[in-house]
Amino acid sequence: MGRSFQWMMAGMLVVLATSAGADWEMNMTKGVTDISQTVYSLHMIIFGICVVIGVVVFGVMIYSMIAHRKSQGAVAANFHESTWVEVLWTLIPFAILVGMAIPATGALKQIYSKGDPDLTVEIVGYQWKWRYRYLSDDPSTEISFFSNLTTPPEEISNEAPKNTNYLLEVDEPMVLPVNKRVRFVITAADVIHAWWVPELAVKKDAVPGIINEAWTKVNVPGIYRGQCAELCGKDHGFMPIVVDVREQDEFDSWLVAKQDEAKKLAELTSKDWTMAELMERGEQVYGTFCSACHQADGSGVPPAFPPLKASPIALGEINKHIEVVVKGVNGTSMQAFGSQLSEVDMAAVITYERNAWGNNTGDLVSPMDIVNYNAEQ
Amino acid sequence: MTTAIQNHSSHDHHGPAKGIGRWLYTTNHKDIGTMYLWFSFSMFLLGGAFALVIRAELFQPGLQLVEPEFFNQMTTMHGLIMVFGAVMPAFVGLANWMIPMMIGAPDMALPRMNNLSFWILPFAFAMLASTLFMEGGAPNFGWTFYAPLSTTYAPPSVTFFIFAVHIMGASSIMGAINIIATIFNMRAPGMTYMKMPLFVWTWLITAYLLIAVMPVLAGVVTMMLMDIHFGTSFFNAAGGGSPVLFQHVFWFFGHPEVYIMILPAFGIVSAIIPAFSRKKLFGYVSMVYATGSIAILSFIVWAHHMFTVGMPYAAEVFFMYSTMLIAVPTGVKVFNWVATMFRGSISFETPMLFSIAFVILFTIGGFSGLMLAIAPADFQYHDTYFVVAHFHYVLVPGAVFSIMASVYYWLPKWTGHMYDETLGKTHFWLSFVGVNVTFFPQHFIGLAGMPRRIPDYALQFADFNMISSIGAFLFGFSQLLFLLIVVKCVIAGKKAPAKPWDGAEGLEWTVDSPAPYHTFEKPPKVE
Repeated sequence: MGRSFQWMMAGMLVVLATSAGADWEMNMTKGVTDISQTVYSLHMIIFGICVVIGVVVFGVMIYSMIAHRKSQGAVAANFHESTWVEVLWTLIPFAILVGMAIPATGALKQIYSKGDPDLTVEIVGYQWKWRYRYLSDDPSTEISFFSNLTTPPEEISNEAPKNTNYLLEVDEPMVLPVNKRVRFVITAADVIHAWWVPELAVKKDAVPGIINEAWTKVNVPGIYRGQCAELCGKDHGFMPIVVDVREQDEFDSWLVAKQDEAKKLAELTSKDWTMAELMERGEQVYGTFCSACHQADGSGVPPAFPPLKASPIALGEINKHIEVVVKGVNGTSMQAFGSQLSEVDMAAVITYERNAWGNNTGDLVSPMDIVNYNAEQ
Repeated sequence: MTTAIQNHSSHDHHGPAKGIGRWLYTTNHKDIGTMYLWFSFSMFLLGGAFALVIRAELFQPGLQLVEPEFFNQMTTMHGLIMVFGAVMPAFVGLANWMIPMMIGAPDMALPRMNNLSFWILPFAFAMLASTLFMEGGAPNFGWTFYAPLSTTYAPPSVTFFIFAVHIMGASSIMGAINIIATIFNMRAPGMTYMKMPLFVWTWLITAYLLIAVMPVLAGVVTMMLMDIHFGTSFFNAAGGGSPVLFQHVFWFFGHPEVYIMILPAFGIVSAIIPAFSRKKLFGYVSMVYATGSIAILSFIVWAHHMFTVGMPYAAEVFFMYSTMLIAVPTGVKVFNWVATMFRGSISFETPMLFSIAFVILFTIGGFSGLMLAIAPADFQYHDTYFVVAHFHYVLVPGAVFSIMASVYYWLPKWTGHMYDETLGKTHFWLSFVGVNVTFFPQHFIGLAGMPRRIPDYALQFADFNMISSIGAFLFGFSQLLFLLIVVKCVIAGKKAPAKPWDGAEGLEWTVDSPAPYHTFEKPPKVE
């Protein structure tokens, strides 16, 4: 019994040790924050205790199965209760549980600890993408952007070889400074999502109408990938999270560049656009925001996602078309894109929809048309 | 009056009616039990077919066979059919067959209601399955149907789903009332509560859980119905409601529900292990109290399914501690089974093999359950394949294996024939290997970070997913062998004696095999 126990423990250790370096990843990540390391050790402690209990219990069981077989002439004993044994195996597990609860409560306390954040990022879950807004006391320096899956559809449909970051790559990652306490405020625009990055050990539900809080302080610069963890509809498996953690100075220059970009966008809104410029930009926007449902060729997936090609809305009155895109359609999957798209992108995509796939209306919708539409509302 | 009495006495000795009427109008607990079991098995195959669609799609990364929309319908329907259509009716079927025979009663206390509670089930599941052919598809929001995905964003078929759940709930509540009434009123003289077989005890407690929580389920789906069709905002934040309220109400039903699916299994295993260890069950009294404690604790642990929803620190701590406590009575049960085997005289017929596998694999599911109870660690486990591995370990080699064990154990009593032991053992080993190959690797991919309910996954999860899918097909197709064994045993086989297992105990073994259509018309005496 003692011998076999040692062998089993040795076997377990070998499995755990070899798993660490192998491609066949099979354990929780240690991660790159103090909390993720605490959680990892806690996980390993509880796992270890379970293994020991398992070895003892299954050991006795397997011993009985070998030694007390009827075919070996075993004769059954007739004991069937023993108060002190029963009291003992109620109290010992209870004591073990108390032993587990102590470090678990400590870890929980650490996760829930309060502190002044150096940076606050608002995370909003959408079907099926994330929006990050870097909050600031001065609204003119606030930046906000969407983070969309960039894995090409051909890779998903097995028409092209899959790249290493298959399904875990986005157009614009969340960028964070290293060694700074970052506060997340998390919510959702439609259904429940959950923002999860294993290496940060942060998983928090994004619930519409409720603002949740979490925080992290990343110790090592690098790129960390995660996924939405709460079933949120059709493309739940296709809304990854990428966090790009940089040194403070690199983060600062990124932030300044983003703020400049926002300023430029404001200038773009007032510029005079040509049809060709709008069509080019519109095609990109359409590919990112619309084609998942309405399809790249505008054919849709009726009845859930109507076609735009030759659709009464795309060929009809311009203001009605703008209204559908800005406000969405109640009771359907068509979202309100007013808060998601800039005036420039909104104008571009509407122009594109009215002129692509043979919808040749010749209408040009400029960013200022959208500004005027919004002003009238 | 006299004629009525005479009619009644001639009525006592007739056998089953002929033709389809026997099954439609029957009030006989054995007939109804049989129908429940066959219904459950057909749902098991249907839900299993859905599972195989899921595993086939996940065999490799990329989208090969189904669209994400349909994949979500498969995960949802698989869960609903297995929980409400396969596991629960199987236990009710076993209760119908065995409880009257175990307590020395002639039938269930409320036979007409018994007929009704079975016959509404096929309609409920026909309605649920028909949603697959509706415009917009079947429910696609997971078996836990979190709002607002299941309300504002749901396909139109959600209304049919709600109605089907109502019917299932009504069936369960009627079944539970019947079981409680039978156990309270129809025990043979001398069959005191503390002499009842554990299967009867665990079902008594399960029936109370059912009566307590099925109305909560009915409430939550009714609130959904109101939100969808009548303009209320229970779960709609825009109207002042809360999606989190849905989860609280759902899991207040949902956690006792998972014990509804496991307590009767404890009872079955507590009958089979002593029988094949030829030794009395160790710690009968503590088994009864442990079952009661688990049932009571099940009402105060629900929010451990919601650790990431954004609860305050105090709530996290409370639900973590209360959940961990469940390990104590559950541990007592496992220790009792092991102590029963210890210094027994053990033989390994098919029911025993399934029961031993139950104890080991259910305990593994218990360990992962304990790990999931640790709130800070759960932030990493939550909604990953680790959870999928956990609940499949307690439900497949847990609940399902116990049902298979009981079928093999009582088949000689039901059919009057012995099943084919070689085929039975083959079925066991195929199932045992299949289940572990399917679900053990899911622990690894979950820890490595694969979320559940996704139709496609990143490349680092590919190898284990492929293994898991192979195991699933092995397990799935092995169940056709089970069908073959049962059919073969019903048709023919070696004649079974009244008590085919030398170590078995209980009143059911005092009647002939097959059990006569009416048993214990005169109550037996129990010392």
